[in-house]
Amino acid sequence: MLIEAKNLSKTYMSGEVETRAVCDVSFTIDKKEFVAIMGPSGSGKSTLMQMLGLLDRPTGGKYFLDGRDTNEFSDDELAELRNKRIGFVFQTFNLLPRTTVYENVELPLLYDHAASNKRNREEIMEALESVGMEHRVNYFSNQLSGGEKQRVAIARALVTDPEIIFADEPTGNLDSKSGIQIMKILQELNEKGKTIILVTHENYTAKHAKRILSIIDGKIVSDKPVEGRMKAGDKEYMLK
Amino acid sequence: MKSIISPIKISYKNLLAAKFRSFLTIFGIIIGVAAVVIIFAVGRSAQELVLDQIRGIGSNLIGILPGASEESGPPAAVMGITVTTLKYEDLLEIKKEKNVPEIENAAGYVSGTAVVKYQEEELGVSFTGTTASYLDVEDTGIIEGRFFSEDEETNLSKVAVLGSEISKDIFDGDNPIGKKIKINNHKFTVIGTLKEREAAAFGISSQNDSIFIPLFTAQKLILGISHLAFIRAKVDTVGNIPLAKENISALLRNQHDIDNPKDDDFSIRDQASAVEIVGSVTDAIRYFLLAVGTISLIVGGVGVMNVMLIAVNQRIQEVGLRKAVGAKNFDVMLQFLIESASISFLGGAIGIILGIFISFLVYLAVNALGYDWQFLISIESIFVASSVSILIGVIFGLYPAYKASKISPMEALRYE
Repeated sequence: MLIEAKNLSKTYMSGEVETRAVCDVSFTIDKKEFVAIMGPSGSGKSTLMQMLGLLDRPTGGKYFLDGRDTNEFSDDELAELRNKRIGFVFQTFNLLPRTTVYENVELPLLYDHAASNKRNREEIMEALESVGMEHRVNYFSNQLSGGEKQRVAIARALVTDPEIIFADEPTGNLDSKSGIQIMKILQELNEKGKTIILVTHENYTAKHAKRILSIIDGKIVSDKPVEGRMKAGDKEYMLK
Repeated sequence: MKSIISPIKISYKNLLAAKFRSFLTIFGIIIGVAAVVIIFAVGRSAQELVLDQIRGIGSNLIGILPGASEESGPPAAVMGITVTTLKYEDLLEIKKEKNVPEIENAAGYVSGTAVVKYQEEELGVSFTGTTASYLDVEDTGIIEGRFFSEDEETNLSKVAVLGSEISKDIFDGDNPIGKKIKINNHKFTVIGTLKEREAAAFGISSQNDSIFIPLFTAQKLILGISHLAFIRAKVDTVGNIPLAKENISALLRNQHDIDNPKDDDFSIRDQASAVEIVGSVTDAIRYFLLAVGTISLIVGGVGVMNVMLIAVNQRIQEVGLRKAVGAKNFDVMLQFLIESASISFLGGAIGIILGIFISFLVYLAVNALGYDWQFLISIESIFVASSVSILIGVIFGLYPAYKASKISPMEALRYE
């Protein structure tokens, strides 16, 4: 068992008003799963992802990663876990401006103080090859199309060879053709053994996963395997 | 190492992206650092110039002035107050080897201004009444004719020796030897012309512009006084100056019936103390200018802080991303500190170049005016200016860097 959420809650205080973004959710995710967290905007899916991605701490309940209570980690230890075991793909790509593709992918390695420079270059090129972006290695991030940017962002998420990849609406800012490419890459990564956690509000996108956690008003309303899973790049898929 | 090189690269890119704003930011630093470099360079060169001129008069000379010495300032005689306690007899006693063995020679001086008339032309000049020992004490010489003798010193001879400039002014290139001139209506015979001597600065009247007449002639005939303005004595070696000063003090106390050194009616100065006074005055000016430079650096530092705070606000998402991919608080802080230090150092580097350039212009200008001005840029001043600019960047970058390090990694997920 990779991830275990036990009565996980997150409450925000804005003045006197208490907002319960996530309340009392419990579930587990195993290694090599491809899970979509689906829900309308404001449902708490992003808040849930922030906690699972170790970007934020829960206000209630416990979150075990590999059986260890993440509440016991310091901020620096959480940063190290994010660096080594977690990769993020964002809706807006979040590439550094005025910076080359290579340097963007290199970014997580800069904070991995054990990594050597020679190994870095191989890892960066390998990550770029796995998303088919090795030919753009010396381009600046602003010279890329949206789909290319997102592929570079995935390479950045892969470069430290993490076990879990969080993708927050990864196709939200892309045209459908580029979106399909991205979903195809995520599915391939999952087949190669990565655990993928996809956050989306679209049923259509969520259907690329193997399992869907539906969340409404901070509560999980359903948790079931995907029937009629979409296979990005298939012929039938193109017809749909 | 990676975590240091990368922030430098990032900050370099950010600087280039906002060239004009970056330039405005570092403008204060440029001015401050340039000021520091100029202060060091020009201040030191000016000090060297003044000290060279003082040393040029002769470092083994000591001056005996009438009036008590004020520890905090020059003796009264320097301020133009007439004190009459120094006499010709004092000079004779000082010259005696049994009294002060360290003294090789000594000369007495009085001075004033007079009207000199040659044929129909009148000229206001300054004159010096002195003793025959003048040439030896001042280490100068005659180019034409002769200087007056020891006999003429006291026998009221009406003979005159001219400085090189005044000779040209009066005789317009003619040979002056043997010519008659009138000094305040007394008829004098010109017997010699003095060698040209390098102009001394700052109120030390130049030998070239003065007429020299025997001491008693000047005292009795022209000025109507019996005291000396000052005595200059030549000590055999520089090392003996303190001993000579002590011996002269003892001798003069004896001459003037003084028991308590507090009641001294004379004071003794050597070149070392003159060098010290000039040195401390120019030092004071330098420290004042340094304070001005420091203020511009602080203003520059505030500019750096302002721009760094703006940068932190503009780059919240970038910082969030860095944290999301594993940057620790310290990594973020270091990045912003290196960035502000680099900006500030860049300003420092431009300031150093500007400072050296301006110092060089001053050097050219002053040399064109005929002074022997040295172009001195010390390694320390460049080292100090560089370190100060880096330090300013770090100090004023501290708060923005701390603010940046507190940005939550969740900001990476905040989409506009």
